Amino acid sequence: MIGFFVKRLLQAVFVVLVVTLFVSYAVRLSGDPAIMLAQGAGSVTEEDLRNIRIGLGLDRPFPVQYFEFVKGMLVGDFGRSFLGGTPVSRLLADALPATLSLAACSLLLSLLISIPLGIQAAVHQGGPIDQAIRIGSLVGLSFPNFWLAIMLVLLLSITFPILPPSGWDGPVSLIMPTLTMAIIFSATNIRLVRTSMLETLSAQYIMVARAKGLKDRVVLYKHALRNCAIPLITYIGLQFGKMIGGLVVVEKVFNWPGMGTLAFDAISARDYPVLQASVTVLALLVVTANLLVDVAYGLVDPRIRNR
Amino acid sequence: MSNVVTPVVSSTPRSLRWRHLRSLEFVVGVLLTATMVLLALLSPLIFPDQGTRMDLAARLVPPLTQWAHPLGTDPLGRDVLERVLLGGRISLFVGFVSVAGSVIVGVAVGLIAGFYRGFWDMFLMRCVDVQLALPFILIALTFISILGGGIGNIILFMILSQWVQYARLVRGLVLSLREREFVQAARAFGVRDFSMIRHHIVPNVLGPVVILMTLNVAENILLESSLTFLGLGVDPQTPSWGGMLADGRTYLQTAWWVSVIPGLAIMLTVLGLNLLGDWLRDRLDPLGRP
Repeated sequence: MIGFFVKRLLQAVFVVLVVTLFVSYAVRLSGDPAIMLAQGAGSVTEEDLRNIRIGLGLDRPFPVQYFEFVKGMLVGDFGRSFLGGTPVSRLLADALPATLSLAACSLLLSLLISIPLGIQAAVHQGGPIDQAIRIGSLVGLSFPNFWLAIMLVLLLSITFPILPPSGWDGPVSLIMPTLTMAIIFSATNIRLVRTSMLETLSAQYIMVARAKGLKDRVVLYKHALRNCAIPLITYIGLQFGKMIGGLVVVEKVFNWPGMGTLAFDAISARDYPVLQASVTVLALLVVTANLLVDVAYGLVDPRIRNR
Repeated sequence: MSNVVTPVVSSTPRSLRWRHLRSLEFVVGVLLTATMVLLALLSPLIFPDQGTRMDLAARLVPPLTQWAHPLGTDPLGRDVLERVLLGGRISLFVGFVSVAGSVIVGVAVGLIAGFYRGFWDMFLMRCVDVQLALPFILIALTFISILGGGIGNIILFMILSQWVQYARLVRGLVLSLREREFVQAARAFGVRDFSMIRHHIVPNVLGPVVILMTLNVAENILLESSLTFLGLGVDPQTPSWGGMLADGRTYLQTAWWVSVIPGLAIMLTVLGLNLLGDWLRDRLDPLGRP
């Protein structure tokens, strides 16, 4: 039991190390941030450039810089932004809640859509309702997420100006990004609910519950849904990385003040400490989610631990 | 490992009437995909200007108003229909080539890992861990923003991050095939490893690989277009669906068609591939695993 957790934890640490190594190496490939910083400062001597490099710690060999980065990360210090020198940790502290709230709202709305629809599809397996839901989810799967976002803006802020098109304008701003992400998530989630529901419905205790004369609704939502929750959570956990990827793009379209927008703005400004930190934090988020799912699964289902 | 057949409720026969819907979907899927591929292949011959010709007298023409520009023009007076047709080349090229690359690498590693276990198996499983934990788009963003976009880099990153899916799939299939009677029998007859893989293993893993490929091409078309949309993909001068959407977004208030039409093109192409993949899954993998 403890062995399983330790193994999963070591795997997670390994993944995080690979990610940080990737990212900080990529950032070092990018050329000289000192030249970028010095631009616009008029005449720059080689001496000035060297001073900037020493100031940023760029004169040291890569392993040392990487070690410093990881050491700083462990105590929550990600260095300072190249632009204006704001501590990166403060930028992250502003952006992370925005991303997390968007992710949570979208996931919740998507579950509210996909659980009833997935159950209906499973119950009417092969029938017209199942086919309609399946085709609907195929269409949903074919939407480019950023295009769906643009189409919602076109519909809800331009043709019918009800919602703000982008940025943060109070809680109403949450509606459109949430809707976009929820539609995208639901396309996959409906299928996941349907599949795990089909497996659960074939179990004997469902037959027993039916034989007892329980109402369909009780059998489905109380007995079956609870039991297909575990595989469902696992599938969603596995999809989490992709979900975060989509979220980041949609954030950018709506200019949502979250991690995605932070990362993109850092890319165009070549603000590498911010880029490095935001990619690392997002990867950390995905790794943690996967770890939690595995650990929870291991706690609930003893078969998994021995795999 | 024993071959336990999982009891699945799907033994309920689907009504025959709805089977026709499946074949209809297949036909629609094939038609959509084939049309898009054909148009992408033919468009450079039809439009030798490569979609760069500007008609400054006819800027922002709405669709269905002028014979010269059936789907309207963009803010620079370039024909939307022409650019949409040409844009298909990029998306389809990236989609198919990246998947072909991932399949070659992934299937090879998966076969070796599943058949011989040992080092390659361990290596593969660690790669799977990393791949599952990484939002691909973020790593791609980091590298592409630094190394520059371009078709080559996009394809390279797609292969680097997606071969693992195929390797994992093939490894799992090979692990269970190894224990099957026909493989054991072939081994008892002294069939050599290479010919065993070629004649007994590969034909049995092809089905699931083809399903994954179809869905993967669809996914990569979406990925390419979002990278280009974000300005990290194909050069903005080249007509591409993502790039057209990025251009059109600024004119959303006045010229909806510039953003709507390329998006529809992406959606129809991806839908065609998804319909095809779904049909294949229904045919080749009746358990319908997600």
